[in-house]
Amino acid sequence: MREASPAVVSASKLGLTFQTNDGPVQALSDVDLTISKGEFVSFIGPSGCGKTTFLRVIADLEKATAGTISVNGMTPEQARMKRAYGYVFQAAALYPWRTIERNVALPLEIIGMPNAEQAERIRRTLDLVNLTGFEKKYPWQLSGGMQQRASIARALAFDADLLLMDEPFGALDEIVRDHLNQQLLELWERTNKTICFVTHSIPEAVYLSTRIIVMSPRPGRVTDVIESTLPKERPLDIRETPEFLAIAARVRDGLRAGHSYDD
Amino acid sequence: MDSLRAKIIPVTTILLGIVVAWYVLAVFMNAPFQRDLDRRGNVTSGTIEFIGKTLSQPKPIVPAPHQVAENVFENTFLRKITSNRSLVYHAGITLASTMMGFAFGTALGILIAVGIVHVLALDRSLMPWIIASQTIPILAIAPMIIVVLAAIGITGLLPKALISTYLSFFPVAVGMVKGLRSPEIMHLDLMHTYNASAWQTFWKLRVPASVPFLFASMKVAIAASLVGAIVGELPTGAVAGIGAKLLNASYFSNTIDMWAALVAGSVVALLLVGLVGFAGRIVDRSMGARPA
Amino acid sequence: MSGFKFSWQAIAAAVLLIGALFTLPIVEAGADAPAPSLLIAATIAALLFCAIVFDGSRLAAGVRACFLFVAAHLAVFMLMSEIAGKNGSARAAFFLLLAACWLLAWRCVTLLSSLRPANRTAKTALRLLIPAIFGAWILIIWEAVTRGAGIPFILLPPPSAIGARIANSLPVLAADVNQTIFKAVIAGYVLGCGAGFVTAILADRISFLRKGLLPIGNMVSALPIIGVAPIMVMWFGFGWESKAAVVVIMTFFPMLVNTVAGLQASGHMERDLMRTYASNYWQTLLKLRLPAAAPFIFNALKINSTLALIGAIVAEFFGTPVVGMGFRISTEVGRMNIDMVWAEIAVAALAGSVFYGVIALVERAATFWHPSVRGGRA
Repeated sequence: MREASPAVVSASKLGLTFQTNDGPVQALSDVDLTISKGEFVSFIGPSGCGKTTFLRVIADLEKATAGTISVNGMTPEQARMKRAYGYVFQAAALYPWRTIERNVALPLEIIGMPNAEQAERIRRTLDLVNLTGFEKKYPWQLSGGMQQRASIARALAFDADLLLMDEPFGALDEIVRDHLNQQLLELWERTNKTICFVTHSIPEAVYLSTRIIVMSPRPGRVTDVIESTLPKERPLDIRETPEFLAIAARVRDGLRAGHSYDD
Repeated sequence: MDSLRAKIIPVTTILLGIVVAWYVLAVFMNAPFQRDLDRRGNVTSGTIEFIGKTLSQPKPIVPAPHQVAENVFENTFLRKITSNRSLVYHAGITLASTMMGFAFGTALGILIAVGIVHVLALDRSLMPWIIASQTIPILAIAPMIIVVLAAIGITGLLPKALISTYLSFFPVAVGMVKGLRSPEIMHLDLMHTYNASAWQTFWKLRVPASVPFLFASMKVAIAASLVGAIVGELPTGAVAGIGAKLLNASYFSNTIDMWAALVAGSVVALLLVGLVGFAGRIVDRSMGARPA
Repeated sequence: MSGFKFSWQAIAAAVLLIGALFTLPIVEAGADAPAPSLLIAATIAALLFCAIVFDGSRLAAGVRACFLFVAAHLAVFMLMSEIAGKNGSARAAFFLLLAACWLLAWRCVTLLSSLRPANRTAKTALRLLIPAIFGAWILIIWEAVTRGAGIPFILLPPPSAIGARIANSLPVLAADVNQTIFKAVIAGYVLGCGAGFVTAILADRISFLRKGLLPIGNMVSALPIIGVAPIMVMWFGFGWESKAAVVVIMTFFPMLVNTVAGLQASGHMERDLMRTYASNYWQTLLKLRLPAAAPFIFNALKINSTLALIGAIVAEFFGTPVVGMGFRISTEVGRMNIDMVWAEIAVAALAGSVFYGVIALVERAATFWHPSVRGGRA
């Protein structure tokens, strides 16, 4: 089924080496991966395994030093210039001097969208993340969970087909996180976007994804790819089913096999 | 090594640019007077010769860098230290009142900060005035302090040192209040769980935490202290000190001397700030060596 | 009497009060002046005694503070009227009573500081009242000591004389303010800050310039730049232009250094975000980096407001037409008109505070989002 849909991201023999004061560090090595349209792919692994770096390479925030990668059939830079993706960071990174609606408007202003159209987009995306009624609030007047929802709205604002999310819920408590996970799934289903999601929570990865990429550090590489067998419809209590636990166990085994915690 | 070069090259380039611009300015500003002089003396000179002359006038509007450098060198190294023309002599006079004022100011600032941190009434009543006083052009008071103290027979080092004290205690007081309050609630709570006395909390937690703040504000304070000492030398026709030299030179339009005095003041400032910074680094290192 | 509990200030005040009673009268009987009335001394003593007893009672702190406030200030007012017109005639009792009043006022401030009103207006009022009492007592003690001990006018005029001098010389003061502040300071400030800002933007764009200028700018902040004043007077003449030039030089570097630092202050994540939008340099500058730099820029504007005044006033010491605050200070000092000097300093202090206050208000409005402003309000 995946082979049938067009590839959104396709990497082959991808490598990236940082030059640091302590010598070169291989953040990514020999990554071969194809992500198709409509997939929800999670990247999981211990810190330093290159999961965030891979996301940043897709977003053209880092340049690969080996191998090739294409986004929507273009180089990452071309894709960035065409605004092919929305990016959600670890923190909400909302601008404190702008209201929520002005924050969501930020990317629209930059691409030069007419005002009337902007207003319509803002209304729609804020509705998508259930923030209607908070347009005039400033970010610091909202809770952490609401801030992160606003930042997702901002990433959705110009309606790119690809959503890159770098541990977006990492700083939130578990109760808020469960809630946002559910909302994210709904949103994914409604919009049919392709989502790349970096996390270090096994339940989160299993609950959200159609495919889980397990990574391991030194050098950063893919050690396992696990297809989820869970149905598309996922209530929260699916996490107690044997099927869910089996996938989670596979992910845990994959992480252990990568010898990621041996030092 | 690379980072050092990456710093030095731009700085020297800019400095060179400033020197070149200074020369151009000197030629440009001194030219009218030189032309006048030549016409009166019925001298005609080629361009190169003319430029050379503009750069070697005895009392130019803008002295050329080499003239200032020569003057500084001559008056620093070739004169006896006791000579009235020696820059070392003048710098020494200013330095003495700067250091005295700085010592008083730092002590006073720390004292006030300790009071503010420990006495609630002082915090609420004094702190707003200390902050407000930062907005006031305090230096305006300098001439009066000198003259009034002279009227009751106090002259010499002390009045200037008082101005320096006045200028330098503010940054130290504000910085130390910040520093003594910098320990986190968690650390204060920890001391509380040990049933530590206010005295113990002060010495074992607040003082070490405030050291970086102390040195940062002392850098500001010593620079302010020097400014205070120089300005304190201005109004009374004081005979010695960098400020007095500046004023004298300006009376006699002795521009080269003026610039030389300025250079001397700057060198003293950089030395003082550098010294405080160096002391701060040593203390930092000795404290960092403790097991954390 | 177990219901009473005395603070150390009240006990000390009581001791002083008893001492004062033994050293009456308050002022020397002059040859031509009527004998000082014991009635007033008795009233003051009674007021202070009541205040001490009241302070030891178990009433609410707020009530005791109010009573102390009224009693201490009423007593000191009567004390001052007793000395009026009889400079230098104070006896020990005068100073003992003054000290007792001051201790009770301190006790009042201590009580007020310990109050924790729930009401926000009350909180604000208290935040203003406490320093106001402190400031008032500096003036009261200054006035009382200069009058009581008969300190010569030339050394330290009492605040009332300075106030009278301000009221009498308004036209002169206004002309000085106009010359120094409205001409030299404003022109120099706008030019210096503007030039520093533009240079900072340039330096930010051209990293070579930044790497070269920043260390120089940091170094210059330690130098006694005020020393260029005589040079500027020489170049630009005695008029306000030379003072403005000094102000330009003094304000340029703080603005440069702070703005460059501010432009670097936006977070990595925020800058990456702009990059994911393929935003160009100017869009990033206007929408992210300048707003993020605003707190730094305002900080420079505040530092510069004080520097500008100092620069202009001190530059006037080196030569000026016959008007200007620095000119007035240096000439009146020479003539020993110390009260005029104080008047000029008071005006300079007021001008400095207003200048700073206006910038601080604009800052609050412009950087309402910054934690330091938000936190201050909540």
